[in-house]
Amino acid sequence: MIKTGAQILWECLEQQGVTTVFGYPGGAILPAYDALKYSNIHHVLVRHEQGATHMADGYARASGRVGVAVATSGPGATNMVTGIATAMLDSSPIVCITGQVGSKLIGSDAFQETDITGVTLPITKHNYLVTHADQVAQTISEAFYVASSGRPGPVLVDITKDAQQSTCDFDGKPIKPQLPGYRPELAPTPDEYKKALELIHSAKRPVILAGHGIILSGAMEEVRQFAERNNIPVGLTLLGLGCFPASHPLSLGMMGMHGEAWLNTTIQEADLLIALGMRFDDRVTGSLKTYAPNAKKIHVEIDAAEVNKNVKVDVALVGDLKVVLREMLPKLKSQDRHEWLGYIDRLKGDSAVRDIQNLPDNGHLYAAHVINDLWRETLGSDTVIVTDVGQHQMWEAQYFKHEEPRTLITSGGLGTMGFALPAAIGVKAARPEAEVWAVVGDGGFQMTMCELATMVQENLKVNIAIINNGYLGMVRQWQEFFYDRNYEATPLLSPDFVKLADAYGIRAVSVTRRSEVVPTVEMTRKHKGPVLIDFQVEREDSVYPMVAAGAALHEMIRRPNPLEETAGDA
Amino acid sequence: MLNTFVVYVENKPGVLTRVASLFRRRAFNIDSLTVGRTEKPEVSRMTIVVDADRDQALRVEANLYKLVNVLFVENITGKSSISRDLAMIKVSATHGTRTHVLELANVFRARVVDVAPETLTIEITGPEAKIDGMLEVLRPYGIIEMVRTGVVAMRRGVTKLDQVPAAAAVEDSAGSAAADDNVSYSV
Repeated sequence: MIKTGAQILWECLEQQGVTTVFGYPGGAILPAYDALKYSNIHHVLVRHEQGATHMADGYARASGRVGVAVATSGPGATNMVTGIATAMLDSSPIVCITGQVGSKLIGSDAFQETDITGVTLPITKHNYLVTHADQVAQTISEAFYVASSGRPGPVLVDITKDAQQSTCDFDGKPIKPQLPGYRPELAPTPDEYKKALELIHSAKRPVILAGHGIILSGAMEEVRQFAERNNIPVGLTLLGLGCFPASHPLSLGMMGMHGEAWLNTTIQEADLLIALGMRFDDRVTGSLKTYAPNAKKIHVEIDAAEVNKNVKVDVALVGDLKVVLREMLPKLKSQDRHEWLGYIDRLKGDSAVRDIQNLPDNGHLYAAHVINDLWRETLGSDTVIVTDVGQHQMWEAQYFKHEEPRTLITSGGLGTMGFALPAAIGVKAARPEAEVWAVVGDGGFQMTMCELATMVQENLKVNIAIINNGYLGMVRQWQEFFYDRNYEATPLLSPDFVKLADAYGIRAVSVTRRSEVVPTVEMTRKHKGPVLIDFQVEREDSVYPMVAAGAALHEMIRRPNPLEETAGDA
Repeated sequence: MLNTFVVYVENKPGVLTRVASLFRRRAFNIDSLTVGRTEKPEVSRMTIVVDADRDQALRVEANLYKLVNVLFVENITGKSSISRDLAMIKVSATHGTRTHVLELANVFRARVVDVAPETLTIEITGPEAKIDGMLEVLRPYGIIEMVRTGVVAMRRGVTKLDQVPAAAAVEDSAGSAAADDNVSYSV
């Protein structure tokens, strides 16, 4: 049957199981939009193309399915760049479809022409330029396969206007990807398995470093069995949160720059690190020179290019985590490690005393209170938290105890402010049955708050908790610690968020006291539509502990111990 | 140390850019890069010389494999192989020096490919060191212009090409632009 490239595009997306796309129309993508009338795919009109990519990203992370964003050529496409880079660094499977000027005009600096395949070359897993209708089906099939297989990532498909308009014969049969050189998954050798098991069995002080790869591979159960069988404590990366239950006795919480002090010390004193689906990001390791100096290292990782990139390892098992762990589990011995686990317990030492939850109530509202109360209130329900980037993101990671995978969606690698609201909209579109909260700072929220309109137009209930401290808080904290409290360009004037929400027809309240937190969360959960809560928190609180950039992982700036402080004053 | 990689890629538009972009982005240090046709029209072959230690060289290989259009990578450093560079050297040659230059060309088994009243142009093929050697002895006569292709290399004995996954055949219409990548480049 003769069809246009535009018609074939939507049919192929349907074949891939796509039900929702996030996009913004424009000249060069208009033929595709015109052909939407033949398709059952639901199109979400965003307010900015960056939002479309974050929505597709949130959709993908919440569901494990490929998220799709659509934009026109030129500025439409370049607006996607931040979202694509975000998905790239966090291995999120999205497919971005952009219109391009007619193939005859390419290279002529035509109106709204940008070489977007050139621009996105280093921030996509792969990208395509399609110049004729007969390439559309093959390209879409490959784009989805590449985006979702191996280590997932963003794929951009740039389709010229004439490719959308031209016709070819299309029988609607699924087309196989033709990617002769693509090797999404490798397998370790028997020798490597043997060496890894020997290292584990001879280790006295092992620790598992659990990352995002566990969630991407769906290996939560395998990791749990692995840790339990050999009694290995588990530390998590930011993106790994939820891959191992926070309430599990072997869980040590989050590691790294703002990780738990006892865990960072545990890593530094370990004699074996078992890195599962994580990539030794600098936020996790601190100074590489002093990182885990006495530890052997095993790296289980799907991407061979990650091996020995930052940290030199003793054994690398390159392959899919689930497959690798299943191979190892039958040969993994049970070992008694009560001495090591007891030692770690003692490391927790005075952390509880320093914890803000346990500080005497001074009448101020702290972000940690808000997050902790939100966690308690939503405990046991199907709740997904989407965070932006900054202090609130770290407090969420510390005080919201994630038990399940895909319940925390956050921009880890790129640290993209403005991520939360659009990503939360994508999460809600993917999982309408889930309770979705966007936890944002007053800074990041203002970067993409135009998407409030998208949320209302789509009738989606995303609850928004603004942790409002009147500063670009994390930058202010760095200025406090490392720039002599010179608060340059960090004090932040915000609009009246309650009035702003009102303008969009969203219910909103402002909260200034700790006692109001729980009732407001209760009200929000009961309310049928979305609710925005402006939590006006302590202005100059800092995230503790903190490993300064470039410092050794165990050299942490700690929250002052109130008891010691009192003793000093006296 | 210098590592020599033989890389088979799909003969498609933009593949050279992807490879070059990878080296720039990961800050790998390219010494030379050549690309040209193979006996299969749908496959191009690159010879890439990179300054890298052992670990870096492994990561170069892994990163090349991450490019979807890369079919096969082999680091032939330290393996029995032939590597050749070609240079054309235009050297000043007057009445007094012409014979000397011709003699030197003979010694190096180079060929004179152009004779002009004031210059000789010499073509020389060989391992890089041989060409470097010839340049050294010609320099006193005055090198006016010089061009080198960069290294191409091949394993000795049984060829590895059978291990290269079969690339999709070049299509007649859509694939025509692909020819752009088939010229020889040197970076």
